Amino acid sequence: MSGDFANLLADLKEDEVLRLTEERIESGEDPLKILDDSRKGMGIVGKRFADGEYFLPELVFSGELLKQVTELVKPHLKQAVETKRLGTIVIGTVAGDIHDIGLNIVDFMLDVNGFKVHNLGVDVAKEKFVDKVKETKAPIVGLSGFLTPAFDAMKETVEALDAAGLRKDIKVMIGGGQMDDEVRKYAKADAFGKDAMAAVALAKDWVGAK
Amino acid sequence: MAKEWAELTPEEKREERFKRWLSPPGVTFSSPQAEKGYKERVNRFIKAFQLKEADRVPCILPASNYAAYYAGMDLRTVMYDYDKLSQAWLKFFHDFKEDLDTYIPPGLVPPGKSLEAVDYKLYKWPGHGISGDTTSYQCVEAEYMKADEYDALINDPTNFWIRTYMPRVFGAFEAWRKIPAFTSFEEIAIQSFIPYGLPDVQAAFQALLAAGTESMKWVAAVGAVAGEVTAAGIPGIMSGLAKAPFDTLGDTLRGTQGIMMDMFQRPDKLHEAMDRIAPLTIESAINSANAAAAPVVMMPLHKGADGFMSDKQYQTFYWPTFKKVIMALVEEGVMPILFAEGGYNTRLEYIKELPKAATAWWFDQTDMARAKKELGNTCCIMGNVPTSLMMTGTPQEVKEHCRKLIEVCGKGGGYVLTGGANIDKGPAENMRAMMAAAKEYGVYK
Repeated sequence: MSGDFANLLADLKEDEVLRLTEERIESGEDPLKILDDSRKGMGIVGKRFADGEYFLPELVFSGELLKQVTELVKPHLKQAVETKRLGTIVIGTVAGDIHDIGLNIVDFMLDVNGFKVHNLGVDVAKEKFVDKVKETKAPIVGLSGFLTPAFDAMKETVEALDAAGLRKDIKVMIGGGQMDDEVRKYAKADAFGKDAMAAVALAKDWVGAK
Repeated sequence: MAKEWAELTPEEKREERFKRWLSPPGVTFSSPQAEKGYKERVNRFIKAFQLKEADRVPCILPASNYAAYYAGMDLRTVMYDYDKLSQAWLKFFHDFKEDLDTYIPPGLVPPGKSLEAVDYKLYKWPGHGISGDTTSYQCVEAEYMKADEYDALINDPTNFWIRTYMPRVFGAFEAWRKIPAFTSFEEIAIQSFIPYGLPDVQAAFQALLAAGTESMKWVAAVGAVAGEVTAAGIPGIMSGLAKAPFDTLGDTLRGTQGIMMDMFQRPDKLHEAMDRIAPLTIESAINSANAAAAPVVMMPLHKGADGFMSDKQYQTFYWPTFKKVIMALVEEGVMPILFAEGGYNTRLEYIKELPKAATAWWFDQTDMARAKKELGNTCCIMGNVPTSLMMTGTPQEVKEHCRKLIEVCGKGGGYVLTGGANIDKGPAENMRAMMAAAKEYGVYK
């Protein structure tokens, strides 16, 4: 039953997933279990994306499905959901750049692979990255950028993390549009990731997870 | 003339347009040498587009807002001060004259005051939504068309534009929601006049007139620069911009999130809307090619790139109306430059469906060796020195990278050396190194 639910979600069967969610709530099942199955389903979506079977439209659509399931379940939750995470990551698109398609894919993939993600959104001032790292003690920072102005903004963000005394405790990855290893060197980041799968691999490596 | 034109084949039409590009009507060259240089440069591009060898590989320096920074100014300054805009672009032109096969005109720097006059919300620009020192203007993606508005768009795009879309993206046109469809003007249409008496509707039109007045000042400055540069023998290469219908809907109407939901939830409407948009795109692109010397329309491509969608989705949703637009331009003898942002490695098979020497593909991060191998007999390829190398590398590294590209892509013609994308800032020596490579390594014997 629960395996079916996860698979139906992963197969993007909108009507069936929603109908089943309602049935399970009505039958008095623990809503946490429904959310847990949803997470499993999203994990399958993430795997299919990594395998090149799914693309952005499937991520968007499954994300929307998850939102609908969560909204149905929410009123029945008695306690907040706590899940064990592999690690915490702060991500955002650097100052002067307002693009977030890639950023949100990375958010999605890190999340379904077990990371706690703090997504600061777009056009994020370097001070905000510094504050968030201090607040969350996240060991990893992901800088996103689409256009060439991001080269300098990434460099300045890494410098700000350094000036705040945080650099030695964190790893910084960069990615997006015009970014590559040359920009990684220029910005003095630790790694450049070509896509969201690379971000997951780097993050797992850095927190020592398999 | 009209009848004769209609009887020409696409190849003959393209030849006619190339001839007009070589001898543009209304242009007086500053000297016979300038005219000779102009023809040489245009010929370099024409030959590359025809998959033939010219004297050498042509080169487009990837300088979009670059002239502003080269002149010690910034984008914000030149968006608001048209004298400075002219100064910067002319300085770049004078300093780089020997290194230019073509140039990117200041027409891509929009007038800030015009955009402010209509409270444009679709874009952010330096000092207006993003920091004043940002080197580019950027599109704000959002759902400007709702999922239940497909029928309104399909039934009457112009009406949808005026009364729904424009009030959303232009703050100043908010009151246009109140004006009736223009088709309501029938008989003695007093009812249709009335909304135009409302103060907020009148203010909206005043704002549009103000944007028009401001844009006239801007276009005078831009036109003067373009005139001077052309007279000196440096041709322009782009007459206008067009988009793939999927991108038109996905970028500025439904947004990425919206259009990708539509692929699952209302695919028929999405197809119908793209079919409706395609002829509008075609008409506008051909009009811009007719109005300019260069018969070249640039199409920046977004959501069909590698990784955005599956092959099946590309084939189903992206390619059919995109191909329709390309083919309509080709049939009118217009040469589209398809600018494939990101990677296009998984789409090369589709490009092979296009007629020979009728399009040019500008690649950003696509594997150029593979592109040459797959497309060498189909279309001209352009690109793709990385922006990171242009901005942070040394002139030696840039030149070496260009040498390799020329070696791989230049064989037999059909190649234009340029950046993977344009840059706004970076060492001038790197720009010169790119042209030096074209002159040194790109010569056909």
